[in-house]
Amino acid sequence: MQYNKRKIFSYLMQVFLLVSYLVFTSSSALAQDHENHEHAAHDSAHMVESNTQAHVESAHQTESHEEGKVDAGKLIMEHIADAHDWHIATIGHTHISIPLPIIIKDNEGIKMFLSSKFKHGHEAYQGYMLEEGKIVAVNEDGSINHEASFYDISITKNVASMLISVIVLCWIMFSVASSYTRNKGKAPKGLANLIEMAVLFIRDEVAKPSIGPKYAKFLPYLLTIFFFIFINNLLGLIPIFPGGANVTGNIAITLVLAIFTFVITSINGNKSYWGHIFMPPGVPKLLWILLVPIEIIGMLNKPIVLMIRLFANITAGHIIILGFFSLIFIFGAMNQGLGLGVSVLSVAFTVFMNFLELLVAFLQAYVFTLLSALYFGSAVEEHHHEEHH
Amino acid sequence: MELVKPGLGLIFWMTITFSIVLFILSKFAWKPILNSIREREDSINNALNAAEEARKQMSALQADNEKLLNQARAEREVMLKEAQEMKENIIAQAKKSADEEGQKLIAKANASIESAKINAMNELKTQVAVFSVDLAEKVLRKKMENRSEQEAFVNENLKSITLN
Repeated sequence: MQYNKRKIFSYLMQVFLLVSYLVFTSSSALAQDHENHEHAAHDSAHMVESNTQAHVESAHQTESHEEGKVDAGKLIMEHIADAHDWHIATIGHTHISIPLPIIIKDNEGIKMFLSSKFKHGHEAYQGYMLEEGKIVAVNEDGSINHEASFYDISITKNVASMLISVIVLCWIMFSVASSYTRNKGKAPKGLANLIEMAVLFIRDEVAKPSIGPKYAKFLPYLLTIFFFIFINNLLGLIPIFPGGANVTGNIAITLVLAIFTFVITSINGNKSYWGHIFMPPGVPKLLWILLVPIEIIGMLNKPIVLMIRLFANITAGHIIILGFFSLIFIFGAMNQGLGLGVSVLSVAFTVFMNFLELLVAFLQAYVFTLLSALYFGSAVEEHHHEEHH
Repeated sequence: MELVKPGLGLIFWMTITFSIVLFILSKFAWKPILNSIREREDSINNALNAAEEARKQMSALQADNEKLLNQARAEREVMLKEAQEMKENIIAQAKKSADEEGQKLIAKANASIESAKINAMNELKTQVAVFSVDLAEKVLRKKMENRSEQEAFVNENLKSITLN
């Protein structure tokens, strides 16, 4: 029953991903088309370098009133990608953004400074500058040095957003925990009531049926990833400062989460779990040559699937919403009336999508937790296949 | 594609942050929360079990009471019956003994009457005999003034005696 539900939901998500891709590719193609058209019609140089630059940055804020072409693809990509400053708004040519710390480790040591030193990519600082939102090393003469080796461990927008979410998460859970110790043995009140519902859901609907009697050991991890993903998903839906980052839609974040699940699964894998991978029971030994690599791929496949599912679902949601907003400006650039007309439709669709994303925020946290629990369950399950064969 | 290239810095910070969060939450949030939930569930289960137990005991007690009551009722019945029987027995016995006593008294009275009668008769007989002897003496005195008559009489009497 539960497995079916999950399958349906993941199927649904795949459909959304497809739709989002369509929206994304078509809108960027449209923008491309529009660009050509614009250039042919006016053949003017009113899109000067500085203006384009301003536009790329103002792309963070979809309510830009500046005239000019709209590169929806670039806008969306910048929005869902990581950044070195936290953009809040652009009014005219003034950007309001929170500079974030840049930390670079190279052979000279560790360099720490604020991203405002880069002047939004206009200037180099301490041998580095921003190129399309990425830090690159520059030579003395200002040209990009591709050979330089350095590690960029800056507090980026996603790191900052994640830290905020972690603080919120810890604050919520500590207050809940203290309310439990205060009202020992009594019914939960307020926030604790809400959290308990989710905790019981994870314990009784996810951990117990998927893992079996040894569930208690994995429960803290499952609860942590569930709430971590859920809170970051929700923060990602908030368009302005504390939210707005695409944390769970970033492949690095989902990669780390998937690796955690993989490592915990591997550490807790019992004899029969590893036996099934390296010595599949019930098949002729000759087939092991074929089966063992398949089993190993299957084992590695699990965290990769986890990583991609969360990343793709959340990113897709952001892309769809941004796509709808971009439509307004794409059409608005063609004709103001058309843009106004489309905006009604776009807003309606975006509202719908936002509700859907609220569901997806919960669902993806749930799916990630459930799949992790299932992998843990397969790792600790006691098989008795040898007796049956 | 930039989108699917995981950033090193983000991986670095995520690993550190998530490890710390996992540790802190496990130790200071999940443990107390899960413990309190389990304790509460246990206490609710215990309370329910205790209530069930009490209910069972109550019903057992009630059944006991019913049994006891029935027993008492039966006992009373038996006692009443016994008392009735006893009463009847006593009455019957009393009647019987009274009858017997009366019978005895009557018999005694009869006997004493009989004996008195015999005594009286005996006395009367003696008296009559005495009177008869006296009279006979007198008569005989008178009659036996002569010898022949005496002898005749004695002989006659002797004859009758022998015959007796």
